[in-house]
Amino acid sequence: MIRESAHKLAALRARIGAIEGAMPSGDAALFALGHALLDARLGGGLARGRLHELFAADPIDQPSMTGFALMLAMRLGSGPLLWLRQCDAARGFGELYGPGLIDLGLDPARIIEVQAPDEIALLRAAGDAVRCQQLTAVLIEPWKKTRAFDLTASRRLSISAEKTGVTVLVLRSTADPSPSAAHSRWQIRAIPSQALEANAPGPPAIEIALLRHRGGIAAFHQCLEWDRDQSAFHEPALSGGLVPLPAHRLLAAGGKGIG
Amino acid sequence: MMRIVAPSPQALRLGMSPGMRVADARAQLPDLAIFDIDRTADAALLERIADGCDRYTPMVAIDGTDGLILDISGCAHLFSGETGLCADLTRRLKRLGMHVQIALANTPDAAHAQARHGKGEIGAMPVEALELPPEETTALRRAGFKRIEHLTARPSAPLSARFGESATDRLARVAGGRDIRITPRRPEAALIVERSFAEPVTHVVAMLAAIEQLAGNVVQQMEDAQRGGRRFEAQLFRTDGLVRSLRIETSLPTRDVPLLMRLINERIETLNDPIDPGFGFDLVRLLVPLLEPLDPLQLPLEGGAVAQDEIARLIDRLSTRLGRNRVRRFAPQDSHIPEQAMLVFSAIDPRPIEAWPAPEPGEPPLRPIHLFDPPQRIEVLASVPDGPPRHFRWRRTLHEVARAEGPERIGSLWWRRADNKGMTRDYYRVEDRNGHRFWLFRRGIYGREAANPVWYLHGLFA
Repeated sequence: MIRESAHKLAALRARIGAIEGAMPSGDAALFALGHALLDARLGGGLARGRLHELFAADPIDQPSMTGFALMLAMRLGSGPLLWLRQCDAARGFGELYGPGLIDLGLDPARIIEVQAPDEIALLRAAGDAVRCQQLTAVLIEPWKKTRAFDLTASRRLSISAEKTGVTVLVLRSTADPSPSAAHSRWQIRAIPSQALEANAPGPPAIEIALLRHRGGIAAFHQCLEWDRDQSAFHEPALSGGLVPLPAHRLLAAGGKGIG
Repeated sequence: MMRIVAPSPQALRLGMSPGMRVADARAQLPDLAIFDIDRTADAALLERIADGCDRYTPMVAIDGTDGLILDISGCAHLFSGETGLCADLTRRLKRLGMHVQIALANTPDAAHAQARHGKGEIGAMPVEALELPPEETTALRRAGFKRIEHLTARPSAPLSARFGESATDRLARVAGGRDIRITPRRPEAALIVERSFAEPVTHVVAMLAAIEQLAGNVVQQMEDAQRGGRRFEAQLFRTDGLVRSLRIETSLPTRDVPLLMRLINERIETLNDPIDPGFGFDLVRLLVPLLEPLDPLQLPLEGGAVAQDEIARLIDRLSTRLGRNRVRRFAPQDSHIPEQAMLVFSAIDPRPIEAWPAPEPGEPPLRPIHLFDPPQRIEVLASVPDGPPRHFRWRRTLHEVARAEGPERIGSLWWRRADNKGMTRDYYRVEDRNGHRFWLFRRGIYGREAANPVWYLHGLFA
């Protein structure tokens, strides 16, 4: 009896597997993020030709989330990027600014920006874009109410992405993490950067947290600093890199040792 | 005081006339129906009729507020001669409830005069037909010139000495056969093909089939000339004179019929008001306003389709669906004013992509990834009026500044201003306690340009 149902279960699993396509993600090509520890944790990097979702910890972390998406796009290659934005996004967080993108290391000439008037138009355009093999990545930036962006929509996008190998990055901002076919899901938060001379803000520093991974990698979080010249992530120096603090700690440690 | 501008034929018969006071007219006919004049609607109607007249000739011009001029040289034989054309035009306009005065003449001005001042010989027309300013017409009348033939009989030099250059000029244009070419409403397309139907077609599907056939025709012609089209326009002429235009554009010159049909379908889907065949379409026309050189395609020897530029096709589709201004690319622009340092252009416009200047190695990003246009006003507290901010309030949240760099002083374009003035901006890169990075500026130098400089948030860093 039990054996029979196990047999049935196996058959069902096989059928579902056939419907869902290449479910085990082992065959997906990976791209390294250029940070040894992070890549080791991810088993080599993130999957190309899959859908990845990025969330912002707080509405004001939106630029850091966008920055992380752009950094991933830079790691993916140097081909054209299609950046789909819902019009309201520009009103909320400003227009894309070329000089700032090149300062981050991303050549703005790679970007084709599409402004969609509403979410349905955004998803339709995304569906077309994902089918275009020559694109390196498609960035999808819906705005606030993401009702149409549901499991079906994300599954449709990820199936097309698997076929063409175009990586899809969805900038979901502070939307509720509803069920989706995303291969991985990240939450991004800005952290204080390493101060430069005269207490000037340093290179972009973020904390990324893996919320979910299809390959079963456990959740973790990691502080990163973006190195534009190497186009790679680094470990940031200890936060609050002001001179007095470590000196004080050292003294305290020394005192303990003596005592 | 309200006056009557355009009485209907019935009203004319009852003694109403243009220029009459409304009060007087009401006194004569108490139940006279009076409507306010709407010149914009009149102009729109005239434009609509002009669209419908495109079926006869591409050279159609609007003449004043109530007339159209058609240059039918070389077109009349398609409608069984000039009389056939006139009859067809009259029939169509009558169906719309129009009263038409058609005049055929060798020059546009002669036709204009004949349509308005009675047919027949130009010479027999009153001098008013010259449409000179009222004082000049009166001067002509006082001098005994009642009809145009009186003027044409005279040498023109004394006439122009007495009545001015404009009078003889008008006379030459109306009577002397001086031909002024009309300026058509639209530039003539490089390629035009059309198909008319004996019976009006009421199905959009049938129309699309006809467009596809015309597209095949046009593609053949373009192939022979080794050209490709970048803009296409399908015009659907309805029997009642309404014309629907479907315009599409491609980023690369093309001769691909299935692609054109895909784009046309895309365009039909995005129309605000669906195509209404009404009583049917009786003419389809396909125009190619913009041609560009395109070498013949050679299929690869090993077989298979030629790899197409997929991205260009994607841009075409999205531009057709969403509008050409919504699919954009960025180019650098040489300006130190931050909001002018980038040029945004439609991705469908072909343009060599310029290289962006590479940033200085080792520097952190000096410009934000997002820029607000216009900059957003913020409340700032600074320790000294010309120093960096201590904390600021943006969108009802207080941000305490932990790190700041600045000021980066950006002067205004004072040479572009009439008063040679303009506010200098002092930019600061700041980071708050939580690590969010902002680009702020203070507008005006404290004490020199502004007593109380105002702060703005201009951009956000990653």
